[in-house]
Amino acid sequence: MTTVALPSRKSEDFRYTDLDALAGVWPVAREEVLVPTGQSTSLSVVELGDNDVARHLVIEVEEGAAFDLRLLNAGGAFGRIAVDVTLGQGARFTLGAAQLGGGAQTLEIVTEVTHTAPDAVSRQVIRSVLAGRATGTYLGKVAVARGADGTDAEQSVRAMLLDRTATANARPELEIFADDVKCAHGCAVGELDATGLFYLQSRGLTPPDAKRLMLQAFIAEAFAGAPEEERLCAAALGRLGKLL
Amino acid sequence: MLQITDLHATVTASGAEKPILKGLSLTVNAGEVHAIMGPNGAGKSTLGYTLGGRPGYTVSGGSVSFDGQDLLALEPHERAAAGLFLGFQYPVEIPGVSNVQFLREALNAQRKARGEGPLSGGEFLKLAREKAGLLRMDMDMLKRPVNVGFSGGEKKRAEMVQMGILDPKFAILDETDSGLDIDALRIVGEGINAIMRKPDKAVLLITHYQRLLDYVRPDFVHVLAGGRIVRSGGPELALQLEEQGYEEVA
Repeated sequence: MTTVALPSRKSEDFRYTDLDALAGVWPVAREEVLVPTGQSTSLSVVELGDNDVARHLVIEVEEGAAFDLRLLNAGGAFGRIAVDVTLGQGARFTLGAAQLGGGAQTLEIVTEVTHTAPDAVSRQVIRSVLAGRATGTYLGKVAVARGADGTDAEQSVRAMLLDRTATANARPELEIFADDVKCAHGCAVGELDATGLFYLQSRGLTPPDAKRLMLQAFIAEAFAGAPEEERLCAAALGRLGKLL
Repeated sequence: MLQITDLHATVTASGAEKPILKGLSLTVNAGEVHAIMGPNGAGKSTLGYTLGGRPGYTVSGGSVSFDGQDLLALEPHERAAAGLFLGFQYPVEIPGVSNVQFLREALNAQRKARGEGPLSGGEFLKLAREKAGLLRMDMDMLKRPVNVGFSGGEKKRAEMVQMGILDPKFAILDETDSGLDIDALRIVGEGINAIMRKPDKAVLLITHYQRLLDYVRPDFVHVLAGGRIVRSGGPELALQLEEQGYEEVA
């Protein structure tokens, strides 16, 4: 099933999008993933190409199952990855995402994680590095259904702006209809520490290398523990090198 | 090696430019250790940061020649590659970046700038182990993120390990003795001697206290006050300062 009508900015999930670019890739096909009861799988989505891209992953993680999703969203003038996740009882969902944008890129990650039954765990780590006039957006909703007690959900959202002309939007959101839940979210937008940069340069690192070294650790947080951690970090570093 | 002539520098703080160095002149030759002492606010750290090229520290007059080059025309990383090392009073924490990775990249960046080939991982670790041993620092600490979770004394020893690995021609050590207990002070003092007491190297020690100078014997001692060197002498000047204070002597 695909929605045929192009959304407008009135739709919360498209508030910061590039509508012209979106029109070029609309409609967006749903990519469905089912993780059956008790199973455990992982997926890495790496977007580093030149073309505009919009993806929509619809994931169901059944009872006691686990899904590990990693996103590297860095390609195209427009790159959008939407992820809808439904968690069954005791299911576990891990999302680690890095967005790396420069020039006039518009990048967005939009998630909706629904805890439908008790004792499911969701962990989301989003790291954005934005240079030039790039815009990076994370809209993340965690919904806890009635009766989904014992829910444990975390969202950690951080963005680093390399230029004053870059923009980061972050909106972690909670909608809770159960009583016994643990939901945490943290969100920060900042710049690289100038004292740290001088310290690294005073030891001989060029300004781009000093920035790369500081950002490498920042981005690595999104890929920590991933089955393909090394490949993802290497791909992100390669892209980062072009931004600096 | 280093010739500072009539140096004037301002520091930008909350949008305003404040003059700190007001005509400082100093010559340091190869093989010499100079100590700069002086009251709080005299401009000691400003001198270190200005020579290191820290943003926010602006030279408004004078010149600095380092091995015949115009030091002030170089970027901070170029100054490092030219052989300058600045030991920080407050070494900076860099989360997520290991000392080993940072120092290997820094050393190889300096070597590249000098037209030398990079050190392999094995060669670097051998060098790092040797220099860490000199400062009695465990190699495990060098695998941890730069200065994160280090005590004040460990940070200062780590600075000296960095200096040993990078092997500069000229080191400016800004209150490297502050925050050190008696044993650590001796270890750091001996480390400075082992690394820098050589005919082709020189050191500028910025300190408040005589005690470091018991381990690292200076050839010259200068008193910095009001942004200028107001008095120079031999090691006996430091002892006199310790006894009589800055107001009497300067």
